Amino acid sequence: MESIALAYLAAGIGAAGAVIGAALGIGKLASAAMDGIARQPEASGDIRGAMILTAAMIEGVAIIALVVCIMLTIK
Amino acid sequence: MLFGSALNSITTIARLVVEEGEKGHGEGAGNVLEHVIDHTVIHLPTVLGVDLSITYHTIFMWVATAILLLVLPAVFGKRRMIPSGLGNALEAIVVFLREDIIDNYLGKDGKRYEPYILTVFFFIVTNNLLGLVPGGASATSDISVTATLTLITLGTVTFSGMKKYGVIGFWTGMVPSGIPVVLIPLMFVIEVLGLLAKHFALAMRLFANMTAGHLTILSLIGLIFIFKSYIIAPFPIIGATAVGVLEIFVAFLQAYIFTLLTSVYISMALHQDH
Repeated sequence: MESIALAYLAAGIGAAGAVIGAALGIGKLASAAMDGIARQPEASGDIRGAMILTAAMIEGVAIIALVVCIMLTIK
Repeated sequence: MLFGSALNSITTIARLVVEEGEKGHGEGAGNVLEHVIDHTVIHLPTVLGVDLSITYHTIFMWVATAILLLVLPAVFGKRRMIPSGLGNALEAIVVFLREDIIDNYLGKDGKRYEPYILTVFFFIVTNNLLGLVPGGASATSDISVTATLTLITLGTVTFSGMKKYGVIGFWTGMVPSGIPVVLIPLMFVIEVLGLLAKHFALAMRLFANMTAGHLTILSLIGLIFIFKSYIIAPFPIIGATAVGVLEIFVAFLQAYIFTLLTSVYISMALHQDH
């Protein structure tokens, strides 16, 4: 019983940590991209493409972390 | 199996919300769940451990396929210099994908992969948008559909890499050059795992985004049943409408990201030197 409760607790803390990390990463990325677009509006297309690609990479790591958390709650 | 049971635990929470509501006001609560839970419509036998039953998601996947098979040939069948109406809108999408994704990441190899990438984009975007139709469901909020799409992408990536570099050359070429000999087996394992993890994340991203949108709408509507009050009703409805508008954007964004990453992975397999 106790171990199951601990697993749920770990999943919750882990999900929170993964989300904090992903939010920091994507926030930093987006702020830099906005800076770039503001300085150089004509490059906005290239910057947007690169931003989405990098955001998807960060999101991918976060998704893997969240899947580990889901596995903790159902095992 | 794993993600099926994960989804089950999520839907159990959703069912609790709705059951709570049924104790109170009840009617219409079941309709909210239609979006999230997959129902079996026609029971079919299990063959080789695979359940062949036709579910709600299967039917809506067929609906999406039928829409694409009817609409796209009707629009693009005749070659016209100046397209009109729907043809114009679809051509804008095709040109955007071709210039922004395919030419950008695949270059001169792009011509060969263009049919696959465009097919995947239109299939995903139609499925995503069908989930927003009242009474509809999006097949992409089912892990088996996104996993199948990802397996096709993984097959395309490895096959095109092996076609260019040879079977052995592709797998050994994944290890970056210039590292100590002792590290080569370790790096090989890491690179192979990385290849699988990238595609796994591709499937999970689409599945999670489509399911999360429906669950957000469900929990917003569920607030009405939790509070059991008509006064609270306008706020969740405004919220659910806003999420619905966001969902239209997400439907296109996720299809775009899926196709973008597909072409990036193909180009990474084709250009192993960097």
